[in-house]
Amino acid sequence: MSTAIGRPLDRVDGPAKVTGAGRYSAEIALPGLAHAVLVTSRVPSGRVELLDTYDAERAEGVLAVLHHLNLPKGGSVPPLLPSLFGGPASGQTFFPMQDEVIHYAGQHLAMVVAETLDQAEHAARLVRVTYQETASITTVEQGRDRAYEPEKIFAGFMPGRTTRGDAAAALDRAQVTVENTYHCAANHHNPIECSATTAVWEGDRLTLYDGTQGPNATLHTVAELLNVMPSHIRVVTNHVGGSFGCKAMIWDHPALAALAARAVHRPVRLALSREQMFSSVGHREEQEQRLTLGADRDGRLTAIRHHKLSPTSHFDDWAEPSLGVASQMYACPNYEGVYHLIKANTMTPTFTRCPGEASGMFVMETAMDELAEKLDLDPLELRLRNYAENEPTTGHPWSSKGLRDCYRRGAELARWSERDPRPGTVRDGNWLLGWGMASSAYPVTPPGGPQRARARIFADGSAVVQSSFADFGTGSATAMTQVAADGLGLPLERVRVQYGDSDLPNTAAAVGSAGAGMVSAAVHIAATALRDQLIAQAVADERSPLHGADPRQVVVGDGRMALRDRPGTGETYAELLQRSFMADAEALGTWNPPGMETRAASMTFGAQFAQVAVDPELGLCRVRQLIGVFDPGRVLNRKTAHSQLMGGMLWGMSHALLEGTIMGPDGRWANASLGEYLVPVNADAPDVLIETIETTDTVVNPLGVKGVGEVGMVGTAAAIANAIWHATGRRHHKLPITVEDLL
Amino acid sequence: MRPVSYSRVTDVATAIATVAADPTSAYLAGGTTKVDMLRIYAEPSQRLVDINDLPIDHIEVQPDGAVRLGGLARMNDVALAPVVVDRFPMLSEALLLGASAQLRNMASMGGNMLQRVRCSYFRDAEAICNKREPGTGCSAIAGVNRGHAVLGTSPHCIATHPSDAAVALVALDAMIHYQNSGGHHAVAIDDFFLLPGDTPEREHPLNHGDLITAIEVPALPAARNSLYLKVRDRESYEFALASAACALTVTDGTVSEVRLALGGVATKPWRARKAEHVLRGAPATRETFTRAAEAELADAVPQTMNAFKIELARRTIVRALETLTARGGAV
Ligand SMILES: Cc1cc2nc3c(=O)[nH]c(=O)nc-3n(C[C@H](O)[C@H](O)[C@H](O)COP(=O)(O)OP(=O)(O)OC[C@H]3O[C@@H](n4cnc5c(N)ncnc54)[C@H](O)[C@@H]3O)c2cc1C
Ligand code: SF4
Repeated sequence: MSTAIGRPLDRVDGPAKVTGAGRYSAEIALPGLAHAVLVTSRVPSGRVELLDTYDAERAEGVLAVLHHLNLPKGGSVPPLLPSLFGGPASGQTFFPMQDEVIHYAGQHLAMVVAETLDQAEHAARLVRVTYQETASITTVEQGRDRAYEPEKIFAGFMPGRTTRGDAAAALDRAQVTVENTYHCAANHHNPIECSATTAVWEGDRLTLYDGTQGPNATLHTVAELLNVMPSHIRVVTNHVGGSFGCKAMIWDHPALAALAARAVHRPVRLALSREQMFSSVGHREEQEQRLTLGADRDGRLTAIRHHKLSPTSHFDDWAEPSLGVASQMYACPNYEGVYHLIKANTMTPTFTRCPGEASGMFVMETAMDELAEKLDLDPLELRLRNYAENEPTTGHPWSSKGLRDCYRRGAELARWSERDPRPGTVRDGNWLLGWGMASSAYPVTPPGGPQRARARIFADGSAVVQSSFADFGTGSATAMTQVAADGLGLPLERVRVQYGDSDLPNTAAAVGSAGAGMVSAAVHIAATALRDQLIAQAVADERSPLHGADPRQVVVGDGRMALRDRPGTGETYAELLQRSFMADAEALGTWNPPGMETRAASMTFGAQFAQVAVDPELGLCRVRQLIGVFDPGRVLNRKTAHSQLMGGMLWGMSHALLEGTIMGPDGRWANASLGEYLVPVNADAPDVLIETIETTDTVVNPLGVKGVGEVGMVGTAAAIANAIWHATGRRHHKLPITVEDLL
Repeated sequence: MRPVSYSRVTDVATAIATVAADPTSAYLAGGTTKVDMLRIYAEPSQRLVDINDLPIDHIEVQPDGAVRLGGLARMNDVALAPVVVDRFPMLSEALLLGASAQLRNMASMGGNMLQRVRCSYFRDAEAICNKREPGTGCSAIAGVNRGHAVLGTSPHCIATHPSDAAVALVALDAMIHYQNSGGHHAVAIDDFFLLPGDTPEREHPLNHGDLITAIEVPALPAARNSLYLKVRDRESYEFALASAACALTVTDGTVSEVRLALGGVATKPWRARKAEHVLRGAPATRETFTRAAEAELADAVPQTMNAFKIELARRTIVRALETLTARGGAV
């Protein structure tokens, strides 16, 4: 019956983007628009002694210079809650420009508003700040002595310590152990579109054009920060040029844009510079992990001890949950996972694509490879021996798990069994070749509240489906068009999806790879509700050929309702509506996600393989092939799903070999530019082979969508590190693995 | 961005007179360095004199086999010119491995010689930096210096010279031709690039208003067997961690002619004369190549984060020489 879902439909927003017709939040043209530019702290710790704005205020075009002494105070800073919960979602529980205390370098100290962007930038350079600098801690190394064990992490949602069985005793008894310390550099998201908000007041009503993963998250956060009624705020998100988590939580710039607009009585645009993106929208924290695996001689895991140490801000106990998926991957009776934090002079770290899954699974999966080596077992066989039939921490069944098939198919594609397992044996000129593999998994997390969409059909039989979600480059608007078309029984070209506007029916921010699952649920329910409503109307209508039919026997295709077993009997939506003098009909769809009490655990699983070439003399590693096989449940659009998985895998490659933000001795990020924070270029992109395994999941959401947004990244770094070992015989316990490591 | 004024000139004499007359003015060629400098406030407010209409963008073969590249010849045009590809492959490769296609279409050869260092402290207008503000200090020495130099450094500056093309040109003994109100002048390229010493702000001998009109590459038959090897973290669009421009002729197993220069590791495009000295007349073996590389790097000074560059530079030299030997540098 389903005709549109799954098809590799081209992006509905593609033409607008590639022709430049689509407007991003920093491109909204409004009469009287003024520009705000931030002045940020040079030092990581201390106080503002003097903020000299004399020259800036007198510079050409300047309308206002706002800072802690003259910025009107608003409401309160909401608690740090993930935006998936649907409420206020402040990225950190700190709002700048309230006093003279400096907590981290790059902290926003002042805002210059001027007629043009160039004028605002120039005047921002004229603001002179005198600091009283105090000692700071910005790295794991500096803060090691002050580490503490938090009761909870991740905004209070996860315990700081998790145990099952007795890991210490089991490790003592283990026949084989693998123990290592791993270091992962900090990362920044670096989407191409830097964050930006354009704010417009009309009386006491505020409209924000904001690049965000959740228009409602922006709305609720700004409402609290400014003490404005949510009903008086509208957030519009037309196009978003990527996010990767830096637009998942709401940082201070949307509220600051609104404050600036209020101060100058004009619409104001506040766009962050690339450099400011490194200290305004969170980051993946630097981290050290220590992992000990215990196993018996057959390779069955008997104990896992996994500790993590990382810096957080002064305000929040944040650590990305690096222990999470790594603790759920394999059946193992004894487990101990502990987070340690350091209060540091950085902002609160945040979600960064695969927050915790990528770093934690890099550690787990390289350790598994070492264990396989020690046991002289095939790494894939080792994983199969520890296959978790149920979720290991709760014992609950999986909502679906196609991992065995992923392993099998991945191994086939990689011709895994044909490789010579001994390291350092295959050469191609100056290059040593190696294959590696790793498991992947990414949790399916339900949103915090009901998700809504509205379907409206017009008398000509065309329909619009509305929901507030943002498409930040993932392709969700396209996939939702397919879901809506199938739900309504309409051809794709008769359906338009309207999105990216908080005035539309409520959805939470699309984060944690949950967007496709939760929004499709709402859209599907709205579309099928409208379909059912029209069928009900038809069977009740004496003038309808369907009069008196059993509604369950009516099917819809191409906009026409007909009897399942007598397709000749029926009529179109348009005929029904026109005859009834109805201009339109509409239905609201609400999906109530399963609560946390659901007795099933859900993850998208995958198996990943990598082939690398290492030139050990020059310290070069180039990835030749990446293979990923995943079980994402229902695929809404083969093309966009494939792109998400491929993007994730390339991110993983980048995580493995290129990306790292370096903290300078001055407490500032030292490579805060795209010239020096290296992301892969096209020439680095290897051959990427992706397949998905059909799995039916009846638990997660109505369409059984588990998600593809992040899982592609999870196992990539480990697969590459393991392939480097296979190529060279050398293990690397850090990310990124760079020239100096490989020489 | 800094406020600037802008004008366009169409003849060399006016260009020189206009810039020479105003100490706050500067030539604007492709702008791929200049505009950046103004946007990041690393250079002071200026009056920009656009020289893109000047008739100095030629690529000409001289009767003696030398090639003259106009100061405004674009990087891509030079890289793809058949005479450059045939006779000076190392120069073509050095250009093509630099920047990106879009940048190379804009960027000029003269501007390439005068591009500014990539040291992040130099490019951060508020950081302490001797090159930007003489006498203030060098932030890189105690800072993040993975990309910095190990050769030709001084206690005052350790910034790496960023140009790839200049490395090939130094190996080729090119001449820089420039013009000012006093007439035409030429300087050997190795004398054109200055070591930082205690005046890191002075990178070349040009005076304000001097206009680079051409770069002349003398004929060098050995350069037909040459290459540019650039080692970097990613495959493209990055400055070198270490690079070598090398031309080699091997006669009867012995190195008869060699030119070698290094990039990515030194404060100026680095002619590797010590290595050349070891190589000339020696057997073309890995052992010789290694000895040559060691001789060149003997005086290298590592910083806190870049000690690996010393070994990397050695290996880059050896790889370049081995590749050329294998390719048929043998006569
Ligand atoms: C992102 C990026 C990546 C890059 N990667 C590389 C790389 O990998 N390798 C590499 O070698 N380079 C690289 N570059 C540098 C690039 O090659 C230079 O910016 C370019 O060559 C400068 O030429 P231009 O014509 O744009 O000079 P401009 O920016 O116009 O000028 C540069 C300077 O030279 C002066 N000037 C220009 N022409 C003349 C003249 N004829 N006479 C006297 N003075 C003159 C100007 O006043 C100015 O001070 C990169 C640049 C960027 C932005
Ligand atoms: S290395 Fe040179 S350019 Fe860099 S900070 Fe030091 S003096 Fe300035």
